[in-house]
Amino acid sequence: MTESTAGESVATQTPTKEALLSAQGLQKHFPITKGLLKRQVAAVKAVDGIDFDVYKGETLGLVGESGCGKSTTGRLITRLAEPTAGKIMFDGKDISHLGTGAMRPFRRDMQMIFQDPFSSLNPRHTVGTIVGAPFHIQGVKTPHGVKRAVQDLLKLVGLNPEHYNRYPHEFSGGQRQRIGIARTLALKPKLIIADEPVSALDVSIQAQVVNLLEDLQNELGLTYVVIAHDLSVVRHISDRVAVMYLGKIVEIADRESLYSNPRHPYTVALMSAVPVPNPRRREANQRQRVLLTGDVPSPIDPPTGCRFRTRCWKAQDICATTEPPLVVREGDAPGHQTACHFPVADNEEVAGRTAAA
Amino acid sequence: MPAPDAFLDVRDLRIHFPTDDGLVKSVDGLTFSLARGKTLGIVGESGSGKSVTSLGILGLHNKRNARVSGEISLDGTDIVNADPETVRKMRGRRMAMIFQDPLSAMHPYYTVGHQIIEAYRVHNNVSKAVAKKHAIDMLGRVGIPQPNRRVDDYPHQFSGGMRQRAMIAMALSCDPELLIADEPTTALDVTVQAQILDLMRDLQQEFNSALIIITHDLGVVAELADDVLVMYGGKCIEYGSAVTIFEEPEHPYTWGLLGSMPRLDRGVTNRLLPISGNPPSLINVPSGCAFHPRCAYEARTGGLGTTTVPELAESGRGHLVRCHMPVAERKRIWNEQVRPKLEATS
Amino acid sequence: MVAYIIRRLFGAVLTLLIVSMITFGIFYLVPRWAGGTANDLASRYVGRTANPEQVAEAAHGLGLDKPFFVQYWDWLQAIFVGRDFAFGATQAHCPAPCLGYSFIGRNPVLPDILDRLPVTASLAFGAAIIWVIFGVATGVVSALKRGSIFDRAAMGIALGGVSLPIFWTGLVSLVIFSYTLHWTKPGGAYTPIEQNPGEWAYSLLLPWITLALLFSAAYARLTRAGMLETMGEDYIRTARAKGLRERTVVTKHGLRAALTPIATIFGLDVGLLMGGAVLTESTFSLPGIGKYAIDAINANDMPKVMGFVIFAAGFVVIANLIVDVVYAVIDPRVRLA
Ligand SMILES: Nc1ncnc2c1ncn2[C@@H]1O[C@H](COP(=O)(O)OP(=O)(O)OP(=O)(O)O)[C@@H](O)[C@H]1O
Ligand SMILES: Nc1ncnc2c1ncn2[C@@H]1O[C@H](COP(=O)(O)OP(=O)(O)OP(=O)(O)O)[C@@H](O)[C@H]1O
Ligand code: SF4
Ligand code: SF4
Ligand SMILES: [Mg+2]
Ligand SMILES: [Mg+2]
Repeated sequence: MTESTAGESVATQTPTKEALLSAQGLQKHFPITKGLLKRQVAAVKAVDGIDFDVYKGETLGLVGESGCGKSTTGRLITRLAEPTAGKIMFDGKDISHLGTGAMRPFRRDMQMIFQDPFSSLNPRHTVGTIVGAPFHIQGVKTPHGVKRAVQDLLKLVGLNPEHYNRYPHEFSGGQRQRIGIARTLALKPKLIIADEPVSALDVSIQAQVVNLLEDLQNELGLTYVVIAHDLSVVRHISDRVAVMYLGKIVEIADRESLYSNPRHPYTVALMSAVPVPNPRRREANQRQRVLLTGDVPSPIDPPTGCRFRTRCWKAQDICATTEPPLVVREGDAPGHQTACHFPVADNEEVAGRTAAA
Repeated sequence: MPAPDAFLDVRDLRIHFPTDDGLVKSVDGLTFSLARGKTLGIVGESGSGKSVTSLGILGLHNKRNARVSGEISLDGTDIVNADPETVRKMRGRRMAMIFQDPLSAMHPYYTVGHQIIEAYRVHNNVSKAVAKKHAIDMLGRVGIPQPNRRVDDYPHQFSGGMRQRAMIAMALSCDPELLIADEPTTALDVTVQAQILDLMRDLQQEFNSALIIITHDLGVVAELADDVLVMYGGKCIEYGSAVTIFEEPEHPYTWGLLGSMPRLDRGVTNRLLPISGNPPSLINVPSGCAFHPRCAYEARTGGLGTTTVPELAESGRGHLVRCHMPVAERKRIWNEQVRPKLEATS
Repeated sequence: MVAYIIRRLFGAVLTLLIVSMITFGIFYLVPRWAGGTANDLASRYVGRTANPEQVAEAAHGLGLDKPFFVQYWDWLQAIFVGRDFAFGATQAHCPAPCLGYSFIGRNPVLPDILDRLPVTASLAFGAAIIWVIFGVATGVVSALKRGSIFDRAAMGIALGGVSLPIFWTGLVSLVIFSYTLHWTKPGGAYTPIEQNPGEWAYSLLLPWITLALLFSAAYARLTRAGMLETMGEDYIRTARAKGLRERTVVTKHGLRAALTPIATIFGLDVGLLMGGAVLTESTFSLPGIGKYAIDAINANDMPKVMGFVIFAAGFVVIANLIVDVVYAVIDPRVRLA
């Protein structure tokens, strides 16, 4: 895809964009204590200053490797964790530091789906109790009674309403994930944050759940933030995608723009690492693959300047001294922001498997 | 399918577990073979019997709770009926294994070096010092930086990717002729996965060993495998070269796997085409074709799928499929109905 | 690691302080709340014939009329500097590590307890050796041969062993082996090891076995459960896949990991027993610390009881400390964390 068409496709969407959620300079540091008096000696900088918007009705994908801060970001924006610094605006209101009581009305509007469909459902409660719990907790009136409402939800996620009195262990992984989704839908939320919603499921079941999420979005006008490490799933499900590395967003863009013109060297490496299910292209893939060396540095003491510089094949002196800002580069589609001093150009010969070493 | 130059030959392998709920037929009549220097990919969803098969090849099933029958011959030695001591001496030396979760697969109390030394010394009569040198050498070969220092580290001091490298070093320490990798990269990040797959490819070429890679990720299979075996409910339902399986698959389940998977190398499909329903129970395996309750084409065989188990029959050169539909019809459905949908983009 | 040990030491001292304060409260404060006066308490130490003045004098001399915290402070201070008591005309001195002074026996508590320590230590360590060998071995074999006749029999016996009280097994075995068959020595016949090691072992044989039986049962069950869990671990599968001999797999890879939690419990159990195997000692009339405690309680000799409680608590706390440090040494994940 060329840049001009990417630009156009984004431009046509621009007028309808209205941020439902907006994060500014969001930070979460987990303190590390040591010694007799448990003094704080350092902090895990799990999320270290990120900015992004989630627009109404869209799906924002959040990708990155293990430990880069995706789940922490999800917990921050649902306020299951309190930010160390920065601001979270939801529906025009600042919810960064609201207490439990003040958060309560917002809890109805944002719900979370978790990765593990086995441990996130209480094994001693029936499906009816689990899915109906939000009604009771929030004291919501249901016109035809809670049971009817729950059965409608079960139907909505493709489960048999007769399953009302069954227990979670009687269901398969995919069905349990559906129960979890039904529970999050109970209060008609505006925003759903799904943390690895399919990674614990089998491939064939993953596709069922992905389709379900898409159908529900179309039907109910939901807004999603989908956290996942699988780049193919994220591309399939998202409208926009943010790539995280060591507590920072390094690139965020429209799906098309990001996957066809990745700018940040890390994004390029990440995408080239995904195995392609085409045995005929095996050799070509291997030649083009950027193999990163070394490990992700510790989030306790991240590198100065650009955090990716210890593994980046394009790094220069400035990368160690100056942190690159997350901005739109000249010639890129509107909204395609990259945090890199030397972004990868369109037809740039990226480092092959030898040069990256 | 049994090739004349086969190094590993598995015939009608059955591994059943008697349990309180009934007989679990984890592997039920599996036949395949593999030559030196070749890679076989085994794919299938959770519980289809992939791991049970690999443990069976290494002779690791406990006679007390597993019933193993059939034939597994490694370079002419039958593993199913050999005495345990013979098989033990082959394990680690002639055939080795890499497991999914390298943290839990290594003993937390012993150093990485100690565990490699142990694997080497049990089959080679050498001093500790010589074995340690060998361990350092192996760690270096799998790309661990500063191996002479890291050799004394404990597994938990390694990162996930380094642990898997160390596992590979351990498995390769006696230069085995057959290497089985059971989901070797499932627990790893995608950039680390790329490194490990690359390493395995290089090492296989260097050692010219036969490699079995077990995974549920079709991308990994496409990257490494020469041949692919698709398992469902303890049986092989399709077998062929990697190119055949990805370009001319003929079993409805394989179509389902391909349709369930979003792909980065294609445009974005409108919708994934999942397989409906859930994986089968291995105790009450569905009658006839085990896939029939989930199969969209079941009606086309006039109820045969619900009553009779289809044979694994040759459909083309080296392409085996277990389905009642006539070959021509399968090819037609793939070409006219399934493939166009998979390639449709928005 | 050093900071860890220091922190644990602080914790240990704090625990002992709290234990002593609570015990002190129970023995000196609760009777007062129940309506007893200082004189009521003192009257126990001066004999029935004493007149009220003598009682009041004794109460004063013993400090029983002071406020609770002053009394506690005096008691605590005595551990470091010793203390003097006055019973009317007579004076008594309790030298520096003073864990209390028995007004009934008219002697300091600590030397008495230390005198009895060898008996308790002999009992505890002898039994410990037997139960570790026996219990762990049974547990391992049971786990490896799960479901076999051996396993079922051993676990059946173990279940019985855990639930039978020691005074019952003790008495029954005394009746059978000592009084009827005359294979072992009767109760109360203790010979110190320095006098005659053979006699020493002979005299302790029955208590050892009785005590060890109880613990063996518990350890067999623990070991079996631990082994079953460990033998199912992924690293055991790896060890087998390497082609190691089954014996190596079981001992070096399985047992080593399975024994770690057992080592912890073992440390705590021995610590507990060192503070007095009360039931065993009284059943077999062994002059150990546990017997001392029972006698003190029967005689209502509060300073003795108090001293015993602190002494026993000290062993438990020290055992705890050692166990934690040992754990860190065994498991590199803890050591290097
Ligand atoms: N409660 C906590 N206390 C201390 N550190 C934490 C805590 N929660 C998370 N971290 C650390 O913060 C970093 C980011 O964690 P997070 O769970 O957000 O990563 P993630 O991107 O979701 O990774 P994954 O893909 O593995 O789920 C990690 O280094 C993690 O160890
Ligand atoms: N010792 C055993 N006793 C009884 N059933 C067993 C035993 N070992 C495995 N099974 C069963 O055999 C079936 C196949 O298991 P296997 O581990 O081979 O699956 P798999 O294909 O490797 O799946 P996954 O992708 O989840 O690893 C499962 O249903 C499992 O429950
Ligand atoms: S800023 Fe420098 S180090 Fe960072 S990604 Fe860009 S080129 Fe690489
Ligand atoms: S045999 Fe019938 S049910 Fe089975 S896969 Fe073929 S068409 Fe489907
Ligand atoms: Mg996470
Ligand atoms: Mg498996």
